[in-house]
Amino acid sequence: MPRTDTALNASIAATRFGMGARPGEIALATSDPQGWLQAQIRPEGADAYPGMTKEEAGQAIQNFRFAVRDMKSEAAMKPTAISNDQGAGPPSPGAMPTMAGGAMMAGAAPMNGMMAGAPGQMAGPEGMRPNGKPALSDIQMQRQALYQPVAQEAQREILGRAQLAASTDASFRERWALFWSNHFTTAGKNQEMRLLSPVFEREAIRPHVFGRFETLLIASSTHPGMLAYLDQQQSVGPGSVQIQRAAMRQGPRAKAGLNENLAREIMELHTVGADGGYSQADVTEFARALTGWGIAAGQPIDGPIPIGSAVFRDVRHEPGARTVMTRQYGQAGSEQARAVLIDLAARPQTAHRLCLKIAAHFVSDTPDPALVAKLEAAWKRSDGDLSQVALALVRAPESWVPPMRKLKTPYELVVSSYRAAGAQPANVQREVMGPLTSLGQRPFDAPQPNGWSDQAMVWAAPDAVVKRLFWAQSFAGAYAPQGDILAAANEALGARLAPVTATALSRAESRPEAYALLIMSPEFQRR
Amino acid sequence: MTAHDHHAHSLPSRRGLLTMGAGVSLAYLGGGAAFGQAASTKKKLVVIICRGAMDGLSVSPPVGDPGYAALRGGLAIRPDATLKLDSTFGLHPALKATYALAQGGQARIAPTVAIPERIRSHFEAQDLLESGGARLYGATTGWLNRTLAALGPTHPMKALSIGPQEPLILRGPIQADSWSPGGRVGASTTRIATTLQDLYKADTLLGPALAAGLAVEAQADVLNGGTPLKGNDAKAFADTAARFLIADGGPSIAVLNVDGFDTHANQGAETGLLANRLGLLDQVIDGLHRGMGAAWNDTVVIVATEFGRTARVNGTGGTDHGTASTLILAGGALKPGGMIGDWPTLAEAKLFENRDLAPTLDIRSVFKGVLGDHLGVDRRALDAKVFLDSSAAAAVQGLVRA
Repeated sequence: MPRTDTALNASIAATRFGMGARPGEIALATSDPQGWLQAQIRPEGADAYPGMTKEEAGQAIQNFRFAVRDMKSEAAMKPTAISNDQGAGPPSPGAMPTMAGGAMMAGAAPMNGMMAGAPGQMAGPEGMRPNGKPALSDIQMQRQALYQPVAQEAQREILGRAQLAASTDASFRERWALFWSNHFTTAGKNQEMRLLSPVFEREAIRPHVFGRFETLLIASSTHPGMLAYLDQQQSVGPGSVQIQRAAMRQGPRAKAGLNENLAREIMELHTVGADGGYSQADVTEFARALTGWGIAAGQPIDGPIPIGSAVFRDVRHEPGARTVMTRQYGQAGSEQARAVLIDLAARPQTAHRLCLKIAAHFVSDTPDPALVAKLEAAWKRSDGDLSQVALALVRAPESWVPPMRKLKTPYELVVSSYRAAGAQPANVQREVMGPLTSLGQRPFDAPQPNGWSDQAMVWAAPDAVVKRLFWAQSFAGAYAPQGDILAAANEALGARLAPVTATALSRAESRPEAYALLIMSPEFQRR
Repeated sequence: MTAHDHHAHSLPSRRGLLTMGAGVSLAYLGGGAAFGQAASTKKKLVVIICRGAMDGLSVSPPVGDPGYAALRGGLAIRPDATLKLDSTFGLHPALKATYALAQGGQARIAPTVAIPERIRSHFEAQDLLESGGARLYGATTGWLNRTLAALGPTHPMKALSIGPQEPLILRGPIQADSWSPGGRVGASTTRIATTLQDLYKADTLLGPALAAGLAVEAQADVLNGGTPLKGNDAKAFADTAARFLIADGGPSIAVLNVDGFDTHANQGAETGLLANRLGLLDQVIDGLHRGMGAAWNDTVVIVATEFGRTARVNGTGGTDHGTASTLILAGGALKPGGMIGDWPTLAEAKLFENRDLAPTLDIRSVFKGVLGDHLGVDRRALDAKVFLDSSAAAAVQGLVRA
């Protein structure tokens, strides 16, 4: 860190490393900006906010599915009414079917607030039908009603996460967690994933972000969230016991087999990268090694393992030794994939690729190779201890160099605006989901497994910048502080506030206009 | 999921905006007859600025000129496809509605107009076209704003612009408001955006993105009146403009912008890039014609561009920045007549700098003719105040019905 200007470095610490300064934060960091960041690195990982466990989520999802199935079969028998005797809920559209009805499995954990929420209020993505779509059938409406508790829980997660980011005193830690959560993207491609993605982040990512990368990789690769997102639960070894049995019963038509999605993405996205030196044969071999991993669903085969937990079923595992990237893996059962994961985590291509990605995320889309080298050295020295990599990032002078080249992603923009205002979002739809949908980054909804881009170009399309302006105006209308606007700007940007911006703020016609200008100023948009 | 799938982002894309960015926008100025003003305020003037340098040789192809086909090569509009105006000129086949007006004596062309200075920069040339100065930077306000000033004291003028910035042609002491059909780009947004464009000067990413985005947003708002935009619905846009103009107390002057005329590559002939833009322009003219209703008889529409394009086709199937181009007049208030100005021909020796159609008429002369005869602006004011130092560019007479 350049020692010359601690005031500037304090503002860089809060805005480039952190999620934006809350009032008083830059002052707090000024005496020792580097130390202020270092103190946020801790072995127990990132902060967490309350939410479901994977078992609760799994149970809720299964209840939903059963209820839908029951509703459909009842509807098929009695087209005009839907019975509630199987726990599918009362038939009247206004009444709220509960997810804890007759389909609740014995031993299931209680669901956090799953039954709260306004009946009939279409709050979730499922509930929002753009105008012009045909009217929903009774079945669809019933299905939506059944889905409400799931949608509401997913929204609670999104709000809790945004509130944590907006309020935490350790926003470098939060940014570090969000980086890894995005690296191991899971997203709400269906109802199950809307519920599971936040759970995945809380259970597989947050606890491990300052641990060894290997631990994080294994946690991610074997969590139900990732297993469901990348279709691993459908993958069965072609030579596995299960397939053999099925072939005996059904002949060669048995429709189950290998799914390479998780194996490929672990190699291509999570570890060594597309140019990491593996072939299609390596992907297939790794996919075979991964067979057996799935999600417990209350079937006899899973014994006492709770619904929603990750499970390794030997009968679905492809027997035999595997060869992945020239290494032999003769382990049995779940140990085989674990051994491959450990090796992938230790590959130098993984270290290089991820150190480059970290530097690009925090500092510049085209980071200084010297910075990448320092991170890589820390990674190798510590066997991929991410706390050491974070420390190296904070300590490298290259991390502190102006100018601010990164453009905040929409999530960063929204969070940092709440931080600047010393506020937290309270209404998930109006203050988080709505704005972020319009800005193109709905939480837990990355379009692809490679996650959200953090490149400036991607977020600076003309329309996107205008949408930022519109949002900034509405945010400023609600949250512009009552006091001196220049003081607020100094709290948010510290020494990064340019005189020309300060002048523009002081000339603005109203306080909300000044605050919208602050949010849209290049200093605030960039980090 | 394979590697190549990852490029299919669902983010707001530049490509998605290009379609819409090739857009249209509207601004207007001026009060109506609410306070029983002079009869001239019943008159309506619409100026359509075609930005990017519209190729006059394709707008009104001089198919009767012996040099035309050879010079234009693949860009030449075939004589049998041209909508014939006279033995020399026709209109581009995409200008069907305009042609129908011309046949009824309600549209005319001035095929060789140019601004007073020979400039080949879009932005400088647009500045000059809109400021109405004799030289670049000779004026900092727009000639339509000065036109209103010259018309004398009326009730407080309500000026309005749609778009991120007020076009220069309207700028001046008579104040402009912003209007936003969707309630989005309000006056406050415009003020913030104006300041931001200053703050973004050094930001090569945010600056251009904001400017482009606001233009698109304004277009979207105008085109749809608040509901989702359906493609380039130029007719709906023009209809909105017309509704403004004929409303009680509506403006007497409106400015529309159609952009996307900078056809350096793959310009096309009867069909293609330019044909599409001309089709859009034609829809705007048609929409105005229909939307104005009875008021069309008191309306003059001026279609102008900053300069023309090279007479010869370039190496990429397009044309580069040239000099003279075509101005179109339309409206029920026009006096029927033939082409306006002299035709220098396309003989090689007649080309300006051996590359461009030579100008024979100062574009200000046409503007002055319309302002004087249609809006009743005093001749001395036109020479001295509306178009500074322009007495040498005499108003074209007889453009408007008495």
